[in-house]
Amino acid sequence: MMKRLLALAAAAVAAGGALGPAAGAQERRGAAAATAAQAGGVTLVRNATILTVTRGTLANADLLVRGGKIAAVGPNLAAPAGARVVDATGKFVLPGIIDAHSHSMMDGSVNECTQSVTSMTRTQDVLNPSDVDLYRELAGGVTTLLLLHGSCNAIGGQSTTVKIKWGHPASAFLFPGAPPGIKFALGENPKRTNFPGPPQGPALRYPRTRMGVEEVIRDAFTRARDYRAGWAEYRERARSNRNLVEPRRDLQLEPLVEILEGRRFVHAHCYRADEILMLINLADEFGFKVRTFQHVLEGYKVASDIARHGAGASTFADFWGYKVEAYDAIPYNAAVMTRKGVNVSINSDSDERARRLNIDAAKMMKYGGLTEEEALKLITWNPAWQLGIQERVGSIEVGKDADFAIWTAHPLSVYARVEQTYVDGEPLFDRAADLARRGQLEQERRQLEQAEANRAPAQGGTPPRPPAAIRRAYNHADDLHDEGDEQR
Amino acid sequence: MKTDARRAAVTAPRPPAALFALCALCALALGALPRARVASAQDTVTPDTQIEAAGAYVIRNARVVTVGGPEIENGAVVISQGRIVAVGPTVSAPAGAREIDARGLSVYPGMIDAGTSMGLVEIASGAPGTVDTSELGDMNPNAAALWGLNPHSAHIDVTRVAGVTTVVSLPSGGTISGQAALINLVGTSQREMAVVPQAALVIDFPRLGGGGGFGFQQAQQAITPEAVTARDRRVEEMRRLLREAEAYGRAQDAYARDPKAVPRPETDLRLAALVPYARGERPVILRADRERDIRGAVNFAREMKLRPVILGGSDAWKVAQLLKERDVPVILDAILNLPLREDDPYDALYESASKLQAAGVRFAISTGDAGAHVRDLPFHAGMAAAFGLPRAEALKAVTLYPAQIMGVADRLGSIEAGKIANLVITDGDLLEARTNVRHLFIAGRPVPLVSRHTVLYDQFKERP
Repeated sequence: MMKRLLALAAAAVAAGGALGPAAGAQERRGAAAATAAQAGGVTLVRNATILTVTRGTLANADLLVRGGKIAAVGPNLAAPAGARVVDATGKFVLPGIIDAHSHSMMDGSVNECTQSVTSMTRTQDVLNPSDVDLYRELAGGVTTLLLLHGSCNAIGGQSTTVKIKWGHPASAFLFPGAPPGIKFALGENPKRTNFPGPPQGPALRYPRTRMGVEEVIRDAFTRARDYRAGWAEYRERARSNRNLVEPRRDLQLEPLVEILEGRRFVHAHCYRADEILMLINLADEFGFKVRTFQHVLEGYKVASDIARHGAGASTFADFWGYKVEAYDAIPYNAAVMTRKGVNVSINSDSDERARRLNIDAAKMMKYGGLTEEEALKLITWNPAWQLGIQERVGSIEVGKDADFAIWTAHPLSVYARVEQTYVDGEPLFDRAADLARRGQLEQERRQLEQAEANRAPAQGGTPPRPPAAIRRAYNHADDLHDEGDEQR
Repeated sequence: MKTDARRAAVTAPRPPAALFALCALCALALGALPRARVASAQDTVTPDTQIEAAGAYVIRNARVVTVGGPEIENGAVVISQGRIVAVGPTVSAPAGAREIDARGLSVYPGMIDAGTSMGLVEIASGAPGTVDTSELGDMNPNAAALWGLNPHSAHIDVTRVAGVTTVVSLPSGGTISGQAALINLVGTSQREMAVVPQAALVIDFPRLGGGGGFGFQQAQQAITPEAVTARDRRVEEMRRLLREAEAYGRAQDAYARDPKAVPRPETDLRLAALVPYARGERPVILRADRERDIRGAVNFAREMKLRPVILGGSDAWKVAQLLKERDVPVILDAILNLPLREDDPYDALYESASKLQAAGVRFAISTGDAGAHVRDLPFHAGMAAAFGLPRAEALKAVTLYPAQIMGVADRLGSIEAGKIANLVITDGDLLEARTNVRHLFIAGRPVPLVSRHTVLYDQFKERP
């Protein structure tokens, strides 16, 4: 346990050092958050059915949490002095659900669409920790999100892995030590920026075809390879020549160099089978791995190819038919890919669906006959692996982060409801507390409505103004839309 | 173009119809087979031409969840000529009836979603040629969903194999959107599918203020005097049209009684379409979500003597008392939407059904989905049950209650002798996501458990 933690810490330091300023920030800020969490107290969850995901189901078991970590799991654990004891008789404990495709808390900014390669942009820069959708997701048992840039360009912005640390500042959300990632997008979406085109739409932007998408990615990696060689040559010559000037830093190409060196995960939006094969081909040629194919709705047609490449697949349970590219999507997708040896997760790409990923996982038992454990892994251990955080979260094991939820029934049942959700041992959602607070909120609302500024003109109030823009939930599940798109 | 090519590729190999029918039959007869789609799986996306006609069947040894009456632990259902003819612990089957041994299985009435646009839209984005939901113009009472509805939509197969056997398909847009059709999800023509061809008038009740909570980036509209005037003008236009329709109906009746004494009224298709609704003979579905708009719609309906049904109803729980007093039913289609307002409780919509039920308001649960995801209907009801709605009520909310609200409970919604034989035979609780449908009857016809999705699955699952 201690050994593993030390190894992780060492890895984080090494990674932070090598990645330079653009990529190291998440690790460094995350470390501070981890320290804060360890100050948390001791909690004993008693007499639950614990779905460990990796070590079977434990009936009538206890779960001891100390310092934000799982300290013990088993029958009849003794409550340490001062421990908070939660009676979970008849209830179920599931590791915190991990949503490997989210745009929650990205404050009005999902897509930087003006260029075909925007690897220099960072989703980390637009996080709103008070987005109410985060709370709604906690209430659905979700604790970790992969925040992805949108899909309007072949190479999009850098992703951010967060824990839903509701009530904490944005810096505390950054998942400590999570490997950095980036969004790619294939197929229709990077083309669609050209629909409808001038004069109704914005200026045309390359590419307009799938041929062009391939070429944009090939061109970017070719430049990245040259850039990397330029730095290598500089470092080599600088040993003997102190007067050399450094090459100019290129913030667009640096993340691509990290990909080539295996230090940044590629999460590639795709639908059609041919797009998937295209990127596998290109990645093999340049010598990098795709960590996940996202959406990957026709993954079932090329499941063996995905497995051979070693990529994961993060897909919808049964969302289909909303556009031409999604017309061949089938709900058996996850099962077919699982059977071919692909690490598969079920994601939401929606602030709404993120609240009920447990039901989406349950559907996968019906469509293709996954076992209960396989279904649970789709929303826990598998996405943890896809984000490279499986040593920390994704299952109930001693030494892992105390990220879990207590459910009223088996979480694969439609009748199940979350009672409490813990992140780093802290109960950040508690249904009983939520219910108790409602009267007070209602009263506060009434008071605000009676305030002068909010009174209707007919009742003597000041003339009304249109309310200021507020963030709307991200509910399109196709990544391409954001405010800018809707306006044109 | 591309879509057509893809469909063609999927539908290409087609064995002789007789062989198919035979195979579908043996799959049904062998109730013990793990999945009933075995025989037909590799065949076709829209096999309706090959589904045999309604014959006589007896389903034995099943748990029969009648919904209308008590559950029968070990019972049987007999169907013949498209109808349920007997239900009970012991039944006598007509000679030649085919037996289905449903040991360990449960029989439910088919689910009904009263808030879809099934068949009116195939692919919402990128294929405008497949979208037929909203006609131009503001007042379109004569636009009938039935005539825009594609009986061969892939959404139909996908939906029914999940146990949803009946839907109301609604037009949208404008103020008076058109007329909805109530259809069974089997058949090769609109006529064959229709249970009630013109089942309801659909009104998108003019709303005031901000758009819904999930309208993406919809501007928050201020409630200005101009906005109020604009809303009132549209309501007034509807009022005028309904009154004209009422007068038009009287003029037509008078002329029919005495063509010599009464001048022949000019035919007006819009007014003619409105007559049965203006007279309160058929239901009028009014879309309204916010409290203010629901009140407006309910009051308008009373003033015009309509038979109102509220569709949407996100805030209906706030108006429960009025809805109860006026006996106005609600089709809730937003259980799984995000709450309307940021400061609403996180479970405001999950809970809305249980609040209406507790207040004694009649209600049904709908997906509100155009077509592709109507198969999720049981999970919308399941979520309502997780948040306070009794499970038996959740089941009724997707079977008997929508039938009652749409005025077809004499034919649909429960397992009772005399009703249309829409039956779903499952290996578990109908509302659970893990449950499998094992046999399916719609209008008494044995429907193979084949869809666009099972066909593609079978084509690719073994690809090396």
